[in-house]
Amino acid sequence: MANQDISMMAHLMRRAGFGAPREELEARAAKGYEATVEELLHPEEQLALDRNEMMRYHPWVWRPGTLPGMGAAEWLHDMLNTKRPLEEKMALFWHQVFATGVSKVDHYDDVMDMIVKFREKGMGDYRELLIEMAKDPAMIYWLDNCENHATAVNENWGRELLELFSMGVGNYTETDVRECSRAFTGWTILPKLPRGPIGRHDWFFEYREEDHDDGEKTFLGVTGNLNGEDIIRIICDQPATPRFVARHLYNFFVADEAQVPAWSVTPPRDPAAIDLLSTTLVNSNYDIRSTLRVLFNSDFFKDARFAKLKSPAEVVVGTLRLVGGTEFPAPGIGNLSRQAGYMGQDLLNPPSVEGWHTGAEWINSGSLMQRVNFTAELVGDVRRPGIRVIIDRLQAQGTRTTAEVVDSCLDLLGPLEVSQGTRDGLIGFSEEGGNFSWDTAEHIQASTARVAELLQLIVATREYQFA
Amino acid sequence: MASTSKDPVLVVLQLTGGNDYLNTVIPYTNPLYRDYRPVVGIPEDKVLPLDDKAAFHPAMAPMKAIYERGDMAIIHGVGYPNAPRSHFRSMDIWHTCEPNKLGTEGWLGRATREIDPHKENVLTTVSFGPSLFRALALPGVPVACVDNLDIYGLLPGVSEQRQRARILHWFAHMYSPAIGSGPVMDYLGQTGLDTLQGADILKDAPKMYSSTVQYPETPIAKKLKGIAQVHMANFGTRIFYCDHGSFDSHSNQHGMHDKLWKDVSEGVACFFDDLREHGVGDNVIMLMFSEFGRRTRDNGSGTDHGSGGVAFVLGERVKGGQYSEFPSMKNEDLEQGDVVPNHDFRGLYSTILEDWMGLDAKPLVGGTFEKLAYLQ
Repeated sequence: MANQDISMMAHLMRRAGFGAPREELEARAAKGYEATVEELLHPEEQLALDRNEMMRYHPWVWRPGTLPGMGAAEWLHDMLNTKRPLEEKMALFWHQVFATGVSKVDHYDDVMDMIVKFREKGMGDYRELLIEMAKDPAMIYWLDNCENHATAVNENWGRELLELFSMGVGNYTETDVRECSRAFTGWTILPKLPRGPIGRHDWFFEYREEDHDDGEKTFLGVTGNLNGEDIIRIICDQPATPRFVARHLYNFFVADEAQVPAWSVTPPRDPAAIDLLSTTLVNSNYDIRSTLRVLFNSDFFKDARFAKLKSPAEVVVGTLRLVGGTEFPAPGIGNLSRQAGYMGQDLLNPPSVEGWHTGAEWINSGSLMQRVNFTAELVGDVRRPGIRVIIDRLQAQGTRTTAEVVDSCLDLLGPLEVSQGTRDGLIGFSEEGGNFSWDTAEHIQASTARVAELLQLIVATREYQFA
Repeated sequence: MASTSKDPVLVVLQLTGGNDYLNTVIPYTNPLYRDYRPVVGIPEDKVLPLDDKAAFHPAMAPMKAIYERGDMAIIHGVGYPNAPRSHFRSMDIWHTCEPNKLGTEGWLGRATREIDPHKENVLTTVSFGPSLFRALALPGVPVACVDNLDIYGLLPGVSEQRQRARILHWFAHMYSPAIGSGPVMDYLGQTGLDTLQGADILKDAPKMYSSTVQYPETPIAKKLKGIAQVHMANFGTRIFYCDHGSFDSHSNQHGMHDKLWKDVSEGVACFFDDLREHGVGDNVIMLMFSEFGRRTRDNGSGTDHGSGGVAFVLGERVKGGQYSEFPSMKNEDLEQGDVVPNHDFRGLYSTILEDWMGLDAKPLVGGTFEKLAYLQ
């Protein structure tokens, strides 16, 4: 099989999923690129995960009524095991856009319910998703729409809907924020029951006619007795909206863009790509699936290999899927689910409604250290099935020079593309000990240990941080 | 490391999320305060009076003790014109001093470059938190970013000494600058090298520290304790940065704001007690600020995003008292329902940069702004 095909498939799977082990890449490449894109776009054709598995071993993930502290463990388990990688990746995408966190919601169940919605609706009609979010209990609480009353307007949701979820700064006035917020008065949640011994009770959306301001409003030039649905319709008629969504998709799937607050003043990295994606959104009536199809099959996507820094979730899930051995929800999955947080992306708990700053802003001395240390520990464990496969393949090649083994390891871990300086460093480190040979038990043991250390140094490279 | 223990040191504690000025330093004798805040207003018999006009929030008793010993300047009405009332935009403005365009350089990143132009010390500026604050960001300026000081180091799993030295040697080799690799790769390379060097030095700080001060088990106290440890280890760190939050009290403000100020006040008091116990507090000041104050009127449960806020500067060498003025709360003086700032935050920065750090503030904050006399 052409190496180019494997590289392209690895690229697609890193972006549209969380990477894949070598055998899966080979099988998918044999099937073809476009066919794989179609398969990814139709998750309903793949088996869903057994929802009972986590519950069987960690009964406190049962909703409603989650003990605090399980955190994102359930979601991590889903990301590690899903047969529907794009569905899960879209959930991560929308979680980053509609960033809602337990720091305030104090209710993992309800933030997880958002993730379930993203799975169900994340590749459908964006307008429906906006309505869904406007009625989402966690979102309503997170942005205080439960405190947005006909007699006392609270602008939090109204403002972020415009600033972060649809159009972006610069496309509306302060008056529009006010009028938008008025239109969403009365969109609230049923009164909360007090916290029970094993967690909170579920929250439910409620529309309260008597608390809705039904006076005349003027929003973005449209006057009338506007309600929330009207606001979302008007927003979606604005040319700014498809462009804003397109830019989010580009930033998440193609290449790192400036941070969201800079979009009003920084042109897109690839204006033609944003034009194409935003035209597709308009022509497809905001169908995300159609837009993703165009995106993944485009040249700008295929040419963007390693043009993105991996997010911490991609580092953690991608590396765990590569090394294997964590498919079963063993004790310790709670700790694993906190690792992305230590790298700066605490899942289900974004730092603010803006979500996480991405790209180079993922990297600082602390987060880089966490990335290196976490991934190095995993790939250095030769009992892991994914590492076993790599060592078996190397062993099957027979005696090889250091340079040959370095190249094979880079290939089997990615394929990764590294600079000359990096390759020299890997060879320099591994050269001590000479050729890798596998002819005696002693040699096998020594070569295995050397490969493990080489793999550790590979995941410590700059290049491994890119998706 | 070129430093003495007596170089001036700045600790920034950012109150993220928009701290409610009017419920922090409360105009408790102003009848308008009661009118505007029927729900979140604090009753007169609960506040901690500082004088006949201003009182602290009831959760701020440890802060009041610092104020009373003359170690705290309260700076009223801090902000800037045309506040956007967005957390992110406002925090960006505070971090970059760029109110009209999107800045990428942080004011303390620039200060770090002035203090250590040849990058002789990767620990000149140390950030406590999982991610880097934009105030500290400046390409090419290293800032150590520490989450947990106790387990700070690269590849701790390779325990065998010689092999560990080898792997770190080749790590450094691979992270060395290469021509034409692009800005992101360069940034990663520099970060990797700085991490390696910073970790090597920082790992000793907790071992060298002992104290009788018992910090509470709160996130902010943990960060401040880490700052005290690194300061006492004499690594030449001149700027520390940390934050606490979220102060975004749109609803249920009472319990939330109480807890926030309890944790902050206790943590800050422990920090200064710790420095005093070790006799290393005379070259440290702390700046506390928030990206904006909140609306003058409450919304029936909390307060929405506003404009003018309050800042605090603390330390043994600070000339304690209240500076600038309480902005007027009269209806006709409010702007979009908010008290109007009367002291530009860049003047606050200029006072600290010039009168404490000994730097020329103008290029760092982008202009000349009124300074106040709490550090003279």
